[in-house]
Amino acid sequence: MIQIQNLTKQFGDKTIFKNLSLTLDDGEILTVMGPSGIGKTTLIKVLTGLEEAQSGTITIENEQFPVGTPQVSKQFALIFQDFNLFPHLTVKENIELAPKIVKKADQPSITQKTSELLRKLNITEQANLYPYQLSGGQKQRVAIARALAMEPQVIIYDEPTSGLDEQSTRQVESIMLQLKKEGVSQLVVTHDLPFEKTISDRTFDFTKEVSK
Amino acid sequence: MEQFISFIPGILSGLQMTVLVFLLTLIGSIPIGILVAIGMRSEYFVLRWIINAYIWIMRGTPLLLQLIFIYYGLSMVGITFSRFDAAIFAFIINYAAYLAEIFRGGLQAIPQGQLAAAQVLGLSKSQSFFRIILPQVIKIIVPPFGNEVINLVKDTSLIYVIGLGDILRAGSIAASREVTLIPYLIVGVLYLLMTGFVTVLLRQSEKKLNRWR
Ligand SMILES: Nc1ncnc2c1ncn2[C@@H]1O[C@H](COP(=O)(O)OP(=O)(O)OP(=O)(O)O)[C@@H](O)[C@H]1O
Ligand SMILES: [Mg+2]
Repeated sequence: MIQIQNLTKQFGDKTIFKNLSLTLDDGEILTVMGPSGIGKTTLIKVLTGLEEAQSGTITIENEQFPVGTPQVSKQFALIFQDFNLFPHLTVKENIELAPKIVKKADQPSITQKTSELLRKLNITEQANLYPYQLSGGQKQRVAIARALAMEPQVIIYDEPTSGLDEQSTRQVESIMLQLKKEGVSQLVVTHDLPFEKTISDRTFDFTKEVSK
Repeated sequence: MEQFISFIPGILSGLQMTVLVFLLTLIGSIPIGILVAIGMRSEYFVLRWIINAYIWIMRGTPLLLQLIFIYYGLSMVGITFSRFDAAIFAFIINYAAYLAEIFRGGLQAIPQGQLAAAQVLGLSKSQSFFRIILPQVIKIIVPPFGNEVINLVKDTSLIYVIGLGDILRAGSIAASREVTLIPYLIVGVLYLLMTGFVTVLLRQSEKKLNRWR
């Protein structure tokens, strides 16, 4: 279980959220909803270490850390809304880069893990293509594979179904439910009600939490 | 024919000078240009101001004038260079300014999300720069960079003004001695060969970089 406590974020003197707390169980899919501009993306950025927060702690496995500690941020993987794949690397290279140069894992285990992920996300045939050669749904699945390669505790998605067609939406739903079975926690920012209904274990209403 | 052979040694040594100035300028101006481009994004306003003034001067005045100033002008205030050192110095600081502008444009064109994605995956700042940013910048800047390199081939001819013997000077000495235009013709062909060679290299690297978009 992961506990996020008393998170406060301001831009200058503008408070986006104050003393925000939420918990995430193993294998839980928590959906975050709220109107545009309320601070959902900002919350994601704070959790992944892309934005500094004014205060807040994160407890993982009974150990408490200040938010933004690299050790903690690295437990949160992020699937960006526009995926941000690296255009100069093939699908396989996108997935393998961080395990190679950040984790410094050995090549045989990287190769094995990558082919596993390619299979799981149904992108084996695309392994040697560059991002510009992929469809939107395929790009997203590469982004998920790239995130999973680092074995994070939580996967965060920012609007994962925006810009996807029916079929790709069904695919990402089934991937998320599969990951849930494996015990991965997932935090999903979305406006898509039917999608949220299918995958959500619990909804975090940003408006209510912020105005408390 | 005999007359023709008599040009050769002079032109060859001029060619050597031209190629040397060309190569040393590239080797010196590329890293300096990168550093200057990074400096332009510094949070220190004084540094940015100094860099902007430097670029303005380098791009706003003729290279010929800069050469004269560095060799003759600075010696008047006690800073003396050999002819060759003055030429290399002037060329490097001039070309570094042009290249810095090109690198800056390339850096600016990389979407913010690329750095964010690298950071979330745990890449360090230098890993992000060398593995993610730089390869994408290189693709963007190859065409304008290529233009500068070709300009440089031709600009090397300016060193005659401080008395250095490049290929064009060798040609004009031979031409006035023998009262013929043939040496100029040879020199022209040699410039074409040099710029042609550079063009082929650039086309090849563009082709390689076009594997991805
Ligand atoms: N770097 C920044 N500097 C100042 N203000 C910012 C910055 N980033 C975001 N904000 C402000 O913070 C607020 C929350 O923005 P955020 O992007 O988190 O909204 P959101 O809930 O994700 O909205 P949407 O549903 O439209 O994506 C907005 O008012 C935005 O203007
Ligand atoms: Mg948002």
